[in-house]
Amino acid sequence: MSILVNKDTKVIVQGFTGKEGTFHAEQCLAYGTKIVGGVTPNKGGQTHLGQPVFNTVKEAVNTTGATVSMIFVPPAFVSDAVLEAADAGIELAVIITEGAPVRDMQEAKAYATKKDMLTIGPNCPGIITAEECKIGIMPGAVFKKGNVGLISKSGTLTYEGANQVCNEGFGITTAVGIGGDPIIGLSYKQLLPLFEADPETEAIVMIGEIGGDLEIQAAAYIKENITKPVVAFIAGQTAPAGKRMGHAGAIISGSAGTAAEKMAALEAAGVAVVRSPADIGKKVAEVLKK
Amino acid sequence: MNVHEYQAKQIFAKYGVPVPKGYIATTVEEAVENAKKLGGKVWVVKAQIHAGGRGLGGGVKVATSLDKVKEYAEAILGMTLVTHQTGPEGKLVQKVYIEEGADIAEELYLGVVLDRAREMPVIMASTEGGMAIEDVAANTPEKIIKVAVDPAIGFKGFHGRELAFGLNLPKEEIGKFIKFAAALYKVYMENDAEMIEINPLVKTGAGEFIALDGKMGFDDSALGRHPDIEEMRDLSEEDADEREASEYGLSYIALDGEIGCMVNGAGLAMGTMDTINYMGGTPANFLDVGGQANAQTVAKGFEIILKNPNVKAIFVNIFGGIVRCDRIANGILEATKLVDVHVPVVVRLDGTNASEAAVILKNAGIANVIAATDLGDGAKKAVAAAKGEL
Repeated sequence: MSILVNKDTKVIVQGFTGKEGTFHAEQCLAYGTKIVGGVTPNKGGQTHLGQPVFNTVKEAVNTTGATVSMIFVPPAFVSDAVLEAADAGIELAVIITEGAPVRDMQEAKAYATKKDMLTIGPNCPGIITAEECKIGIMPGAVFKKGNVGLISKSGTLTYEGANQVCNEGFGITTAVGIGGDPIIGLSYKQLLPLFEADPETEAIVMIGEIGGDLEIQAAAYIKENITKPVVAFIAGQTAPAGKRMGHAGAIISGSAGTAAEKMAALEAAGVAVVRSPADIGKKVAEVLKK
Repeated sequence: MNVHEYQAKQIFAKYGVPVPKGYIATTVEEAVENAKKLGGKVWVVKAQIHAGGRGLGGGVKVATSLDKVKEYAEAILGMTLVTHQTGPEGKLVQKVYIEEGADIAEELYLGVVLDRAREMPVIMASTEGGMAIEDVAANTPEKIIKVAVDPAIGFKGFHGRELAFGLNLPKEEIGKFIKFAAALYKVYMENDAEMIEINPLVKTGAGEFIALDGKMGFDDSALGRHPDIEEMRDLSEEDADEREASEYGLSYIALDGEIGCMVNGAGLAMGTMDTINYMGGTPANFLDVGGQANAQTVAKGFEIILKNPNVKAIFVNIFGGIVRCDRIANGILEATKLVDVHVPVVVRLDGTNASEAAVILKNAGIANVIAATDLGDGAKKAVAAAKGEL
């Protein structure tokens, strides 16, 4: 089992024939992901990576029955792509593109919500169900099948965390990179119940960072609703206030959004919080062996 | 990206948000000329730097004669202004804004910012103008009125009424205030602002609302569609090293520790700093080399890290996903030829092609390079190296 995507999930790629779209779609196909087509306006009718290219998402959905779209279009066109996917009845859009304007994402997400389309990202590595389906840019080989679910704002910390979990002899059910922008799609609070309900998942790793209050919301949710053990790390304990640490959303404003505040809230909710990401694997082993 | 007060006010004025008349000056002569042009008897001489708290630092003076304008402009231009937002090193003042004096009856606060939880802009108003809004929020949160505006419907009359009645404004001022707030919301939306702050927004003796101060920040990702705003960029306000790094696709922020960090990915970069700290060391910087790291960017990274004289060791921490570790290893070899790396460099390369990378580094046999097996091992070795124990 897994959450959201599996070996049967049919995926299309928006921005299919571009450089990034092509490279990563090829990697996903090699991993076993069922990419059934792609969308690039004005290139409809062509075949790319052995799959059909369509002019519109609607056409792609009607022809292929795809339910998930992986979005690689340039930042200025992300909003349009998400709106089109939502309008065409896509159920989950995974937005990889970095640098989409915040106002555009605000509009796109509001419409996606209205159309009951889930979104992941933007500016994220995507989602992977180990050894079944990779929709994103993560190195597939790191994710061995197992019993740990992972949710992370950071791409490389997703790989770091998953790698440690696997090195300890465990593995991953599904890992979701939710992105570090000010406005994102699925967050901890929406993903935690999915892992709680997934019979294969026995522990959850949650990787957060400074900025915003999603981790605080997650802590409140965990306290009331999650029975499986949760291991957490919050990046940016040593980050100075007022500075944007790479991710658009990773900024401490005034006294809000600090790592200390988030770690305290998670600890109070019974989460096993590690001070260094180097301890994620060890801590997972510890909670699973209990 | 941030702009100066006078630039924010230029934008405000375009949208009908009332501002005092003023002119920008870079010399004392110009400052006096500007005051003459404005006429009247009272002028305000305001230092233009990208930081709040200018008044307390001596960067804002009220002049009641042209001689005083000259005296204050002389004092402020070229001064190093230290405020709670500049850090102890302060900022050099290169421009002064000469503004007509205002007849202040009351000081209010008005701001617009993104409410990340609600995923829409929120307008904040308070009767406690002139104070830091963070302090008001901490001590008397009930004195801040927050009204979220769903962009799908835009700023409507009821938003304005919630703000105006929340501020307990008298009947005859309600309409004027709503118009002011509506214009400010338009400024925020149409320019892809990240935040706008007017503190204070003053009510004059005649019952008019004026933006006496103005602060604006913009969404960097949206600057491409606002060339007029990008033109307002003042490079002298930005950290030279951070800017140089960004030209090479590197994201760099200087810190005050001893261990330089070079990492791929913002989250892992922060996690690396945290791990160094956890192991008893201090990070000298945040540096994300991004997904396109090559020999040139790695060399640039070393160069920027080593500009900082406090750096006693460097920790290169790469988890190769799409980025192949063997390429990074070659990048490090190239970099050591291009840059004089005179401190120990601890290298942890994991992920795609990590074993090939280890062979490359081992065969090169560079004296300063210390291999590490994982994140924890790398941080430990970097801390020891910085202490001269390796």
